[in-house]
Amino acid sequence: ITEVCGAKRVGYFGPTQFYIALKLIAAAQSGFPVRIESIKNELPLPRFMALKNDSEVHYGTPAELHGVKFQVPHATLEKNSYKRTDEGDKQEPKSPPMSPICSPPASPSTYQRIPLSYGYGKSRSGLEHQHGAPYEVRHSTHQQDGPSSGNYGAKPALASSTLNRSLSAEREQQDSSAHYSDDPWRITEEQRDYYINQFRSLQPDLNSFISGSVAKNFFTKSKLPIPELSHIWELSDVDCDGALTLPEFCAAFHLVVARKNGYQLPETLPETLLPEYLQAASLKPMRDCALFDSYSESLPGSQQTRDFSRTEKTSAEEVPDNPALLQDGKKDDKQALKVSTALKTIPKEFQHLTVKTAAQESNALKARPRSRSYSSTSIEDAMKKGEEPPTPPPRPQKSHSRASSLDLNKIFQQNTQAVRSGWLPPPPPALPPRPSVSQTEQVSEVELHPQMNRTPSQAEESSSAKKEVVLTQPPSKPARRKLRTEAQGLETPELSPTINVTSSLPAVKHHHPVQKQSSKQKRAIQTAIRKNKEANAVLARLNSELQQQLKEVHKERIALETQLEQLRPVTVL
Amino acid sequence: LLLLSVICSPQNYPLYIRSVPTENELKFHYTVHTSLDVVDEKISAMGKALVDQRELYLGLLYPTEDYKVYGYVTNSKVKFVMVVDSSNTALRDNEIRSMFRKLHNSYTDIMCNPFYNPGDRIHSRAFDNMVNSMMMQVC
Repeated sequence: ITEVCGAKRVGYFGPTQFYIALKLIAAAQSGFPVRIESIKNELPLPRFMALKNDSEVHYGTPAELHGVKFQVPHATLEKNSYKRTDEGDKQEPKSPPMSPICSPPASPSTYQRIPLSYGYGKSRSGLEHQHGAPYEVRHSTHQQDGPSSGNYGAKPALASSTLNRSLSAEREQQDSSAHYSDDPWRITEEQRDYYINQFRSLQPDLNSFISGSVAKNFFTKSKLPIPELSHIWELSDVDCDGALTLPEFCAAFHLVVARKNGYQLPETLPETLLPEYLQAASLKPMRDCALFDSYSESLPGSQQTRDFSRTEKTSAEEVPDNPALLQDGKKDDKQALKVSTALKTIPKEFQHLTVKTAAQESNALKARPRSRSYSSTSIEDAMKKGEEPPTPPPRPQKSHSRASSLDLNKIFQQNTQAVRSGWLPPPPPALPPRPSVSQTEQVSEVELHPQMNRTPSQAEESSSAKKEVVLTQPPSKPARRKLRTEAQGLETPELSPTINVTSSLPAVKHHHPVQKQSSKQKRAIQTAIRKNKEANAVLARLNSELQQQLKEVHKERIALETQLEQLRPVTVL
Repeated sequence: LLLLSVICSPQNYPLYIRSVPTENELKFHYTVHTSLDVVDEKISAMGKALVDQRELYLGLLYPTEDYKVYGYVTNSKVKFVMVVDSSNTALRDNEIRSMFRKLHNSYTDIMCNPFYNPGDRIHSRAFDNMVNSMMMQVC
């Protein structure tokens, strides 16, 4: 194999040679002849489990090696998958040690020991070792003898068959163990479940902390020396708050387990034990992945990252927020993006997912920013829109505010008054203080025209699907004023943004087109225009007032800061 | 050139000593010990005022021709003392303050560890790394 893959010619196993060698080994194990052409076949991954285990047995550092049973199946699975990817990395450092090994010692195991001891500079603390490894090693070495022995005669450069086998085996083992050395710090599912159960025994609420003293008592039971426990704590309590969240606890427990099994504690927390990593990893398997993906798609990326970081700091308070948030999200989803549909579906699925409340929390957290943005009330949105009267793009948002006022009209006309009534409070307070809206009407009408021109296209698009209707509800609101009947027909049903996209929407939609198109469109448009302008003016005024307040608060803050600065030097010695 | 960092307990015994290896280390230890008196003096001088107003950073405690000693005390009377080479004129007060702040933050992180008993010697590796980096950076 070594000759065929070209290593003999090159003098070492580069990445390509290694890959070819592995392919050839797989071919040989599958019964194919060892030739270059065999690589072209669809081969299963070569089986190296036994070899790897054997090497790892000797690979271990001076620390005692106890097998961590749960990791056995996990690691072996990972080994094969890792092998391909990581082989190349470890090749170069391995090749120099290979040459000194040319003189063949008696057993393959000794070969493995030698290069491992000085060849693998990157090795971390000891590796885990599968219990069944030794038996399989011999078995597989016999296997390997078959394909490799045939090539021995043709390789005078390489000392012996055992050397070949051990070389390739070592390389693979080292590669796999290089990867495998990552595994000790990776928490398997069984371990995770075990840790979670332990967490529950200490703290029934999975989203809350374990206090320092409780954790200290618990980990002291592991009979590790206090300095080591102290170090483990330092590693795992990432936010240094004296308490362990669930991912921190899992990391700490994992480190305790690893230490008890003979691994040296690392200086810094491995990447796979970071709370963010564990939190993310825990969320994925815990939940329907499709749901999660759909959920994440609907969310802006920034919200997601924010939520992830927030989920790390989950506390008990967030759990009760869950139902409230979800409901808020539902109610406030007036702004109507497809998120609303996602929101609807997700809460249902939450009930199904009882495994990890953290998952719910993350969803709730995700819902929170969303609901926050939507529940900001039409006033806030309208304020923003009020700021941007001259620019066309914000107009759709403006229409939003208008839509809110327009909703008043629609409320009396449509069936779903209960839902819309939620939006009633915001607009009325805005309207009364502004009696002189009529002056602004003319100005507003000018603005309306460009909007109206724009909205027809939006309205047309919105007619296609329910989701799209919801989506384009805000932009289509100004379309209501359009004189085109089609737009109007679509507008009125789209005026129901507050409601989550329900099946009732299409039904409502159907009613309105008929009504609107037949009824007095112009009058409705004009009243709508007027109301919108009123709302606009009010909101613009609100905006300026709030900005002024902001400035004042800024001034106060600066004044306080200067006072603080003045007070400070007084106490200096 | 940061020569020595010492953290002393309220009872004036050292919890942590880290120094750049020089030949006169013992002399610096002695200097720190004597400067503890200065620290106590400063604390008691401010004792009339409320504890809140007391500044944590004590500033230059004791200048000699070769080196300067800076002090910092926490609200729980844990003292941090640093000996700095006088030849390093680039070190400004702000930098010393920031170094003390870092020390204080790391110290509170150690406190958060339930396995640490206040009054023990500090053996934390993370703390060592932080102090090392700080001393190296100054050098």
